[in-house]
Amino acid sequence: MNSNKDNFQPSSPSETPGGGESLTIETAIANLEGTDSGLRFYAAWWLGRFKVNEPRAITLLIEALADELDRTPEGGYPLRRNAARALGKLNDKSAVPALIKSLECSDYYLREAAAESLGMLSDASAIPALHNLLITGLTGEELVIESTPSQPYDAILEALGNLGAKECVPQIELFLKHPVERVQYSAARAMYQLTKNSSYGERLVKALAGNNLQLRRTALADLGAIGYFEAADAIAQTLAENSLKLIALKGLLEYQVRELTPPTPTLSDDAIKVMKLMDSLL
Amino acid sequence: MNSVQQLISAVEEADSSAKLVKAVQNLASSGSEDAVPTLIAALGYNNPGAAVAAVDGLIEIGEKAVKPLLQLLDNYNYGARAWAVRALAGIGDPRGFNTLLDAAKNDFALSVRRAAARGLGTIHWQQMPSEQRSTSQQQALETLIQVCRDPEWVVRYAAVTGLEALANAASETQPDKLPQITAPLLEMANNDEEVAIRARAWMAIHQHHSQIEMPTMKTLAESDDEKEVPSRGSGRRS
Repeated sequence: MNSNKDNFQPSSPSETPGGGESLTIETAIANLEGTDSGLRFYAAWWLGRFKVNEPRAITLLIEALADELDRTPEGGYPLRRNAARALGKLNDKSAVPALIKSLECSDYYLREAAAESLGMLSDASAIPALHNLLITGLTGEELVIESTPSQPYDAILEALGNLGAKECVPQIELFLKHPVERVQYSAARAMYQLTKNSSYGERLVKALAGNNLQLRRTALADLGAIGYFEAADAIAQTLAENSLKLIALKGLLEYQVRELTPPTPTLSDDAIKVMKLMDSLL
Repeated sequence: MNSVQQLISAVEEADSSAKLVKAVQNLASSGSEDAVPTLIAALGYNNPGAAVAAVDGLIEIGEKAVKPLLQLLDNYNYGARAWAVRALAGIGDPRGFNTLLDAAKNDFALSVRRAAARGLGTIHWQQMPSEQRSTSQQQALETLIQVCRDPEWVVRYAAVTGLEALANAASETQPDKLPQITAPLLEMANNDEEVAIRARAWMAIHQHHSQIEMPTMKTLAESDDEKEVPSRGSGRRS
């Protein structure tokens, strides 16, 4: 996640800074169709960043998931990764089959990006493939102990949680004991989404009191994503950047106000509490 | 060596992050004017715990910290600037007003813009000469309206809280100005792309329910915009 970058970011195509990198939708699409791998790579990112949800862009990004030209020395697929990330943001389910296929790629970071995007596209047809990838980390009911995870389990678990994959709960639960803490958090996050059992939310709250700043940041992002209201005070108090706390609290607030209806919505006490905490962190 | 100097030495000699935080907290709670330079220095240590404690201490010390804060603000690193602007905003001394006006609109770092936007509303207006107050509140309003179009959601959120504070101040002293201040809040409550900001603007408007004409509000629909930067997977290539 990049939300901890505490500096200016453009929010619309016209505000993109920097001479040669300023694109229009037409040039971005043309660049993606071209042969310059640098321009293609940037265009794929740009189309996702500015949510260019146009049929031609979707088609080209799906094609880019099969790109063979842009390779890292280690065999990674940079263009594919960016295309997979962009497709997650464009909200077009026609990308789902190609993203599912990307889960089989040799490139770990492409599998990670594809899993993340499948979780964002809310298409339950991705569940079996994600489940199959998850259980490569299991032998029966035991975790395979790996010092470096061979699959992007965190992204897979989060996607399964986002997709409401209740049928995967028994396998997801096993990852609560994964040796990598980030993976444990992802499992807790998915378990909370799938069961609404507060013990999983509390697992993440506990992580906010840990010694490792990076893990506290991860837990903040997870709590914001699941909107676990009971974490509000712990979020405001944990030792981390206010920017990240504000993003997490915004996640909580969004869950609180999602149900508001016009014309004169009443704000709940919980929503007001979250906003007051946010005010105190500005 | 008096006790404040001992507390200052403890900050300077801290050899771990945890000790630094503790030492800055202790110094901050002294509330002594002599602590100001050391607390300001602690804003630049890139240690959020120490910076939070230092900001709290500087706000507590209040007016006496304003001049050194303004002097040290220029050419300071962005992280430290953000904390210094937060301290100025928290102190609310009118001498910081022009700094906040400029920072809210023009600062490169969003954390600085957001702190300044909030501070523009919470200036201690009663400490300002009355002939200056009306002009300054108008300047604050115009700046906050501009900041409501900031590309970063959190800066717009802060601008809404600034407008709310300005509306609260005006409702006491210049109730005729209130509709002018609530108009941009209504605009934010209805049209901001972020549901969190619409809700915050709505909360601000509610306080002045009886004094303004209530509009109808559009649906608080979901928004999932997320800011991102391009990366070629630095550190994540395999």
